[in-house]
Amino acid sequence: MRAAQTLKFIKKEVPPYVSGTMSTTAGSVFRISSDWSRADYWGAIKSRLGAFRMNYPVSPGLYAAGEPTMGSDVVVSANYKLSFDILRRELKGLNVWCAAGKGTFSTDELISRMSATKLGEVVDHRRIIVPQLGAVGVNAAEVQKRTGFRVFFGPVLAKDLPSYIEAGYTKTKEMSTIRFPMMERIILTPMEINPAMKKFPWFACGVLFVFGLQPSGILFKSALSGGMPFLALGLTSVLAGAFLTPVLLPFVPFRSFAVKGWIIGVLSMLAVMPLFGPSVQGEILLLVASWLFFPAMSSYIALQFTGSTNFTGMSGVKKELKIGIPLYVSLAGISLVFLMVYKIREWGML
Amino acid sequence: MKYLLHVTTLQYSSDKCAGCGRCAEVCPRGVFEMRDKRAMIMDRDLCMECGACAKNCDFSALSVKAGVGCAAAIITGLLTGSEPTCGCGDRAASNCC
Repeated sequence: MRAAQTLKFIKKEVPPYVSGTMSTTAGSVFRISSDWSRADYWGAIKSRLGAFRMNYPVSPGLYAAGEPTMGSDVVVSANYKLSFDILRRELKGLNVWCAAGKGTFSTDELISRMSATKLGEVVDHRRIIVPQLGAVGVNAAEVQKRTGFRVFFGPVLAKDLPSYIEAGYTKTKEMSTIRFPMMERIILTPMEINPAMKKFPWFACGVLFVFGLQPSGILFKSALSGGMPFLALGLTSVLAGAFLTPVLLPFVPFRSFAVKGWIIGVLSMLAVMPLFGPSVQGEILLLVASWLFFPAMSSYIALQFTGSTNFTGMSGVKKELKIGIPLYVSLAGISLVFLMVYKIREWGML
Repeated sequence: MKYLLHVTTLQYSSDKCAGCGRCAEVCPRGVFEMRDKRAMIMDRDLCMECGACAKNCDFSALSVKAGVGCAAAIITGLLTGSEPTCGCGDRAASNCC
């Protein structure tokens, strides 16, 4: 009875990617499967869509892939399950990098995991392969000094690991350079659109309120008829800044993300504007307000994408913000003034 | 792809370089190349200030003010008066990846 209970308990605790155990000189370790289950695929998709991205860990430890011996290579990953999954699939990422940047993937962390798993007893060599992007947090010389293991910073992508090891732990410039192809940029856009859309209801409420506000009270009808074009322009700006700019990034002129986003914002507005009738087109005040506000909104949203890229540095983004934020605030302020003048005139007070 | 020019805080004193090659090994942007047993900066403007080279240079030949190139993090940093970081906010949260 008790044995059955224990067994049940253990079964519950073992993660689905574990296919068994293997015994080593330093005790037993989990053996992992190199195939992805349906849960792994679903997790990978979810991690691209929302806040779940930040909370997808795997228990740190030593895992065996394939039929390792004492001479087998040791490959280090972060405890982000997406990185771990990509690595185990390739043994038949990017998030080591963020972890390294945040200090959770660090020299101390690596050393303490190495001693916790008694790595020195499990393998008979003294080399360890750390992902190249982990170098942001790991000082190789200190690891060697404290553990005796020589750190080899492997390739950026796990898929290059086999050829890296075959070439005697040397990598080509291609293997050690990060790229940012269109597919990778597209994968990242849901996490740009999501946060922007979370704030969209506030914008929508504001727009509907302003257009609905009449001397006789808040009129639902005028809120909808007057506000609709602006809600559509708002959505266009979100799309321009959070989707089109990231996807078309290298094809949009200028290096500044703010400028790129502004250009795409203007082009998107040019495409959308003809859809609206004289309610917007005929009102010069509204027209000026929209042309000032919406490209700026797209520019601001595009600037947020700097956090998802792999080539923007802090000094550059700070420079953009230093010029950008006062501009955004004043453009929003000026367009608000135009909108107010329009409202006052609409009410016949001018 | 290259970001803004002449903004990086990367500093290199070649006289301190011992030619170990770690910087070229860790830089994901291809900033360094080894020439005559010494590191050479091929293109400073490719640098994105990740800090990997300075972290792994045992001879203090490299320095860079490392940080995240992320607008949201920098804005939050400005508002809260803290250093810009990306991630889970509550660093003590045990499930932070």
